Amino acid sequence: MTDATHNGAPRKRHGSLMQQDALTRRRNAAESRFKLYGIAAISFSLLTLAFMLVTIFSDGVSAFRQASITFPVTLDAAKLDPKGQTNRDDMMKVTTIGYTSLLNKALVDYLDQQGISTEGVSDKQIAEFISRDTPAQLRNQVIADPTMLGQTISFSGFSTGRIDGYFKGRVTRETAQVDTNISVAQLDLADRLREAGILSVAFNWRFLTNPDASDQRPEAAGLGIAIIGSAYMMLLVAVFVLPIGVAASIYLEEFAPKNFLTDIIEVNISILAAVPSIVYGILGLAIFINFAKVPQSSPLVGALVLTLMTLPTIIIATRAALRAVPPSVRDAALGIGASKMQMVFHHVLPLAAPGVLTGTILGLASALGETAPLLLIGMVAFVANYPAGPFDGGMLDPASALPVQVYSWASRSDPAFIERSNGAIIVLLAFLMVMNIIAIVLRRRFERRW
Amino acid sequence: MSFAKLTVSALALAAVSATAAAARDQVQVTGSSTVLPYSTIVAEAFGENFDFPAPVVEGGGSGAGRAKMCEGVGPNTVDIANSSSRITQKDLDACAANGVSDVMEVRFGYDGIVFASAVDGPEFALTPADIYNASAAQVNTGGTIAANTYSQWAQFNDALPAQDILLLVPGTKHGTREVFDVKVLEAGCKESGAYDLFLAAAEGDDAAKKKAAVSACMKLRTDGRSIDIDGDYTETLARLDADKQAVGVFGLSFYQNNTDKLRVGTMSGVVPSTESIAEGSYPVSRPLYFYVKLAHLDVIPGLQEYVEFFVSDDMAGPDGPLAQYGLVSDPELAKTQEMVANRTPMGPLN
Repeated sequence: MTDATHNGAPRKRHGSLMQQDALTRRRNAAESRFKLYGIAAISFSLLTLAFMLVTIFSDGVSAFRQASITFPVTLDAAKLDPKGQTNRDDMMKVTTIGYTSLLNKALVDYLDQQGISTEGVSDKQIAEFISRDTPAQLRNQVIADPTMLGQTISFSGFSTGRIDGYFKGRVTRETAQVDTNISVAQLDLADRLREAGILSVAFNWRFLTNPDASDQRPEAAGLGIAIIGSAYMMLLVAVFVLPIGVAASIYLEEFAPKNFLTDIIEVNISILAAVPSIVYGILGLAIFINFAKVPQSSPLVGALVLTLMTLPTIIIATRAALRAVPPSVRDAALGIGASKMQMVFHHVLPLAAPGVLTGTILGLASALGETAPLLLIGMVAFVANYPAGPFDGGMLDPASALPVQVYSWASRSDPAFIERSNGAIIVLLAFLMVMNIIAIVLRRRFERRW
Repeated sequence: MSFAKLTVSALALAAVSATAAAARDQVQVTGSSTVLPYSTIVAEAFGENFDFPAPVVEGGGSGAGRAKMCEGVGPNTVDIANSSSRITQKDLDACAANGVSDVMEVRFGYDGIVFASAVDGPEFALTPADIYNASAAQVNTGGTIAANTYSQWAQFNDALPAQDILLLVPGTKHGTREVFDVKVLEAGCKESGAYDLFLAAAEGDDAAKKKAAVSACMKLRTDGRSIDIDGDYTETLARLDADKQAVGVFGLSFYQNNTDKLRVGTMSGVVPSTESIAEGSYPVSRPLYFYVKLAHLDVIPGLQEYVEFFVSDDMAGPDGPLAQYGLVSDPELAKTQEMVANRTPMGPLN
């Protein structure tokens, strides 16, 4: 053997494994280049994601904190209930404008009494410290409990967006010099008030519970109605989409004959899954609002549109889950005499359930973040009243939705709404993350592999 | 079987929706995004002070809002259309065709349109002719019409800074664009003499000539120095942040809320403010309207009260919250209040 190799005719020399020839070197170089491309692609997407998250969080986290102002208010009965009958209708006649002047005067007097210098700040500018949303709160308290009249209470309410922005670094002394809505003297006063404990910054629960607010009071705007609206919609979408989607998938996968018609249906489902979501909005406007007369801006109409939108995705996911159940399970069930329906509901569906649920949750998550179809059915609206409970017709009351709130805040003129908009994105991301984690946990715990 | 139960409950919900669709207990408002902030301020205060729920206010544009109002009568249609330009005969015809016969026109104030640049940039003392020379497709260059080749403001007006021209104008779907076209471009076209040259070059009878000249005046250059912004003012502001050379068109209220980022330009020597617009010395302003469907007044609870509250002195008056936000109060507000109380429908357009 060895002789043959040594003494044979001279052949083309093969390189040693230790020494790479040109071709190998090229192939290896191509491979490492390809790896580099991959790493570059991944780091590019990670960088974009990091940049996006950093922007959102750096602008948005401050929405969860809010400056409040606390001072004693004497509820002058002569002003708030001129007739003195504590009659609700008479007290309703004193509008929030009356309460505003009461609050403004109370603050000015209190600062005077505490000996806090208000140099360079007019009484009107002191009043600008109190959010326009506070008079209504006080008014509602007084009307609900007229025994408060004549008493002195310690009142706490939000301070206005620009004072709040000063403590968060959005408003600075430099910007205040050119900003006609706030003066440097006001900022100095804000510092003194904070030292005296009249102004304080704390976690802002009301950002999650308050309804939307107008452009004049960004500090009072909250996500309450948007969260309720999104929750109602997700509930309804789940209720609509699960039975329809699962029934359609089971029929197509287990019962339907394989023919031209079912082929067409199959192709159509894939096409529908790729239809731009705005198309469903137009469809919803035409069918549900103009034809079926479902009230616009209601979670019901939003849910119906989102159901149409998610249905194809869910059917595709459910069919994939059903298909993943091995045929041997079906054969065994049929072999011991189960009917086709028993086979499906006793064996195939329970085994496919984790996949179905995961698909549904991911479908719901994409519906939760959807804005475009809601634009056309009146969900991008200013809604200030909470919808009723889910079983008291709340599904028909006007409501907003989380992604829509992000959109409408981003187009408001007051800069404080930019912060709120980013805060809303954080809340939306938190919801999406929770839903995705649930989907992953379900899949990990219950999925079976064959 | 749980699926059967779910299906039944879904069907029950759908059935409930069909029956409950008839009743509506809150006012629905849609239309101009310029009027939207004013409308939400009033809606919020209305919800606070009355036992009625706060109206639901949508944006989306003046034209779209008026078209929606004219879709018909009934609780499933909107009650009020906000509009930053006057209703057109086409809208009124559509209204009449769909059975919306009586519409009340409420003018509640004026809105100023300002030209603003980055706050750390140079000052702009503009005239309509300057804006025309900066943005039109064809300009008057020493007595002849030529394609616009100006690249710096100082090239046609020594008083302006030697800065590259970049004008951000509202897109054609905005009501603001109409005012920009008529009050700035057309005025500037006449001021710079280009209008007369266009008129001389036009053919046909007098009316056709005028029409041709006006439409020639409103053609904007397409070499990228005048950019249409189809989004909101926030988009214009973002573009202006990115390119400090730009001059953008904003609503007065938007500018007033962002004075720390914007420097406002004067127009023909007048600084825009609620006062200068109210007295009429600042030329670029427009009335703001909303249109109320009279047939809904006694059907939708709170509608009459909302409309009256909107035009009350507490809201739309010179010291009210709308004026603080940037609305120029209507000097004839008392007349409007009387009209609302009498529910006077609007007459034919003149």
